[in-house]
Amino acid sequence: MKITIGLAQIHPKLADVPANLDKHVHYIDRAKAADVDLLVFPELSLTGYNLQDLVYEVAARPVMDDPNFRVLLMASREMDIVVGFVNEDDRHRFYIASAYLSGGEVVHLHKKIYLPTYALFDEGRYFAWGDSVQAFDTRFGRFGMLICEDFWHVSPPYLLWLDGADVLLLMSASPGRGLDSGDRLASARWVELVNRAYASQFTDYVVHCNRVGYEDGLNFWGGSMITNPDGETVAHGPYFEEALVVQQIDLNQLHRTRSRLPLLRDERTGLMARELTRILAGRNASHREF
Amino acid sequence: MDTAARLEINTALAERILVGFIRDSVRKVGFQRAVIGLSGGIDSALSAYLTARALGPENVLAVRMPYATSSADSMTDAQKVIDALGVRSLTVPITPYVSPFFERFPDMDERRRGNVMARMRMIILYDQSAADGGLVIGTSNKTETLLGYSTIFGDNAAAIQPIGDLYKTQVRQLAQAMGVPRSILEKPPSADLWVGQTDEDEIGYTYEELDRLLYLLVDARYRVDEAVAEGFPRQMVEDVWRRVRANHYKRTMPIVAKLSNRTVGHDFLYLRDWVG
Repeated sequence: MKITIGLAQIHPKLADVPANLDKHVHYIDRAKAADVDLLVFPELSLTGYNLQDLVYEVAARPVMDDPNFRVLLMASREMDIVVGFVNEDDRHRFYIASAYLSGGEVVHLHKKIYLPTYALFDEGRYFAWGDSVQAFDTRFGRFGMLICEDFWHVSPPYLLWLDGADVLLLMSASPGRGLDSGDRLASARWVELVNRAYASQFTDYVVHCNRVGYEDGLNFWGGSMITNPDGETVAHGPYFEEALVVQQIDLNQLHRTRSRLPLLRDERTGLMARELTRILAGRNASHREF
Repeated sequence: MDTAARLEINTALAERILVGFIRDSVRKVGFQRAVIGLSGGIDSALSAYLTARALGPENVLAVRMPYATSSADSMTDAQKVIDALGVRSLTVPITPYVSPFFERFPDMDERRRGNVMARMRMIILYDQSAADGGLVIGTSNKTETLLGYSTIFGDNAAAIQPIGDLYKTQVRQLAQAMGVPRSILEKPPSADLWVGQTDEDEIGYTYEELDRLLYLLVDARYRVDEAVAEGFPRQMVEDVWRRVRANHYKRTMPIVAKLSNRTVGHDFLYLRDWVG
């Protein structure tokens, strides 16, 4: 099966949900004109990233009663859409979330499980930690979603792989940092390296959508990309500029790559689980902690 | 990799990010224009090049503000930048405004006089900001910001600091790549607050040494002992780190005494972008 993926590498306006919704609609219209099957928006695409005390003002639930989500849910009747937003749950906890919308419904909601709270990041101050990593079925096959810091850790993509995800959708708002003599920022080099590593090691498609623009002194570098199960980059958006990156991918490539390289078939999950259980049980016995 | 090599930057990438930053941060708060003080030195020259590229030269007002003892080279070098960029310009000598103040306190030393001059220039720039409708662009680099080699509420007063994360030796790389005139690139850095003043004489170390050491201490998170193990004299490392710490007040907003449940500066947290 071939599907056409669109990466909406946008510059959201901080905490201005109506303006950002307009931009989403604009990109949805452009993507429809390009026969896109699935359009991916970056992390916190409806709200902007460094919200601080504005978190509580922009939070929403992905339901028809929400006037902004109504527009997006209606649009998802024609094209699948992944949108990033602040999710407030019934108990009034706030999450960084991405919703996969299709056929007018929320097919899957992922709540960010790793909240970076170090260096320039302060997410743990404002947000609750998501507590679940699950693959989900779409009309194109089984997918998984992760948000930014989630895929700086190796276990979430590994779990999605074992849970059946053949396509990993990675959304980020990655602040550019690490200027040196290299051709890209160090943060871009790191993320592109792990995108290719996951695609190669899991023989999966890895779809990464990263935002652009500035928030106060932070820059966001874009460079959204799609990597195929052979670890080859098949689409790459521009750095620092808004763009709609459109690329058709061939899911039959999974068959060809995994015929050649049966890493999934040979993965020793039972051994992994046994050893992990042993390591966790023995942690206090074998390591002194201070 | 040696530290000098780690201070090398991709100048095209730096220019792209900083030009975009200036354009975005000026326009998102409703401005189209910028005001910038041109001293004739490399920091303000580079900042003017970046700002002109971001906003268009017609939207940049470069202001020269010489004092009676300012070097003649400062004026001619600043003029070279104005001519090369085609920005609008204004010259406001500060002598008639600061001289009466100096006469009122005849025992003022060079440091106090230098601070008054820096703050007089700030007054002129912020007045031009109101008159011309332009945002004041700062010209502080990372080396001087860390060392506190600046006048608080004087030359460090600005709306944005485009080159505030570039060490002096990185400023030189970017300035050269963007075509800043050679006479500006090659002259010894000076605040030009008194005759014969140079940064390196006053600070006591060269920028090459300072930047390599600061890179280790700040960017690479070396501790003092580790920096000494890398070959820096202990006295220099301790002296530089003491300066960084002693001048931290210049890098923070004035401290608010907390009394209520929600206090500006403590837990009333919004980006400046909130306004945009």
